[in-house]
Amino acid sequence: MLDVTKIRANFPILQVEAHPGVPLIFLDSAASSQKPAVVITAMDAYYRQMHANVHRGIYALSEAATSAYEGARAKIARFIHAADPAEVIYVRNATEGFNLVAFAWGRANLEPGDEILLTEMEHHANLVPWQMLAAEKGAVVKYVPFLPDGTLDMDAIPALLTERVKIFSFTAVSNVFGTVNPVKQLVQMAHAVGALAMVDAAQAAPHLPMDVQDWDCDFTAFSSHKMCGPTGIGVLYGKRVLLEAMPPFMGGGDMIRRVTLAGSTWNELPWKFEAGTPAIAEAIGLGTAVDYLIGLGMDEVHAYEQYITTYALEALSEIEGLTLLGPSARQRGGVAAFTMHGLHPHDIAEIVDKDGIAIRAGHHCAMPLHHKLGINASARASFYIHTTTEEVDKLVMSLHRAKKVFRQ
Amino acid sequence: MDDSIYREQIIDLYENPLNYGELDAPDWSYEEDNPLCGDVVRIEVKLGADGRVAEVAWRGDGCAISQASASILTEEIKGLTLEEIRNFDKDHLLELIGVPLSMARVKCALLSLKVLKAGAYGIPDPAHMREDGL
Ligand SMILES: Cc1ncc(COP(=O)(O)O)c(C=O)c1O
Repeated sequence: MLDVTKIRANFPILQVEAHPGVPLIFLDSAASSQKPAVVITAMDAYYRQMHANVHRGIYALSEAATSAYEGARAKIARFIHAADPAEVIYVRNATEGFNLVAFAWGRANLEPGDEILLTEMEHHANLVPWQMLAAEKGAVVKYVPFLPDGTLDMDAIPALLTERVKIFSFTAVSNVFGTVNPVKQLVQMAHAVGALAMVDAAQAAPHLPMDVQDWDCDFTAFSSHKMCGPTGIGVLYGKRVLLEAMPPFMGGGDMIRRVTLAGSTWNELPWKFEAGTPAIAEAIGLGTAVDYLIGLGMDEVHAYEQYITTYALEALSEIEGLTLLGPSARQRGGVAAFTMHGLHPHDIAEIVDKDGIAIRAGHHCAMPLHHKLGINASARASFYIHTTTEEVDKLVMSLHRAKKVFRQ
Repeated sequence: MDDSIYREQIIDLYENPLNYGELDAPDWSYEEDNPLCGDVVRIEVKLGADGRVAEVAWRGDGCAISQASASILTEEIKGLTLEEIRNFDKDHLLELIGVPLSMARVKCALLSLKVLKAGAYGIPDPAHMREDGL
């Protein structure tokens, strides 16, 4: 198993105090993970020794920057097992990945009456762009329901996945329930009716070995900042044939082959979708984060998270009046969302913060999911490679204290 | 561990809110939520013949701060005129709540005043509310 003590030494922020004299217990990696020193150092070194615009200069410095920027792309392609680095498009975050596909593929391919299939457990990033596209195109958005245990209602899918569905977009791992969905099976179901499949991998890429060719998905998107990398960069993966057929997303420098006053032609993949000066340091930072995760081994990362999540779910479920959302540990990633009788999630988060514990409270950008459960909000603790059982124990103690404050 | 924001009074009001419920035929009724966290507050007001608040009721769902604030605010506005409600100072409400609040929690605390003022203006008046810092 991963040596958590060694790993903790890799994350400078874990030395920081949440309040004077109170160590930080960071249980909000699902919102955004902390960064190992190697990532911070790589970005610093880039700015100190290598910065120049990419794909533009003839001089040595620009060539070095370009090769680091493109080298990171190749690492990411290997990390997700893409057939070709040209299928890895740099975007700002997962959200931009969904918007890119909805805009570029969706506008060119959807007709009035066509259907877009999503699920009720999606993050707003995989909901709103499709709703906007549907409103513009006169298309219809439908949703696969989830069951009371937070897993998808697989039996409901055949009736929803009709020939009218042009794309089925769903999350690999729910950011609230933690549910790990059967990606490969869902992709196959979409393809069987001639629909494309897009996977939200925002909560998968940081935690699980990822193989887009094994999934056989048409598109997938994820964010660097949830997987030990910097903010400001993310990835859209798409199959080459689809990306080639799609019109560009944004116009400008870098994405063109030739511009005349009468019109323009597009650059080849992946640059066709990367207009303007990109986030160079961030790409290099993400490449380093990928190296770091590969160094740990994604199977090991996953196994450690299973261990700590199982431990946490057991400990939390012993708190009277606490209700966990989502399936059993065997089917879930490292998140535990919950509600407590007589305590609002905000108040829970505020009280545990006094003990230095950072958890999230709110709807976690999944309002439809919470509405279906009949609640406005939940509290969510999420775990990563640096989370210890002692930290989980402290959370449990702090939650008991919260109950006392609220006379529960 | 400083839990001073959860003073007895706040927890008391969370458990036993004041003026909680609905009115028959209110002069106005207005509801809004805090999009950040989903807290909801609805406030209903009935003015007397003298133009002053005769009855007020609120309903909602949210954290201890937003809910206690609604109890405190609705107590405080009894007998006020429409004009006085429109001029109600947010710092006065924060004083009445009387516990130290972080920036995020100030939003929770002011949700009820935002709802009250929007109702008092008949329609939400974003420009005015910005002036008031709501
Ligand atoms: C499942 C899921 N999808 C999409 C996103 C959006 O990520 P970002 O805000 O980085 O675009 C998140 C982040 O919270 C997420 O958890």
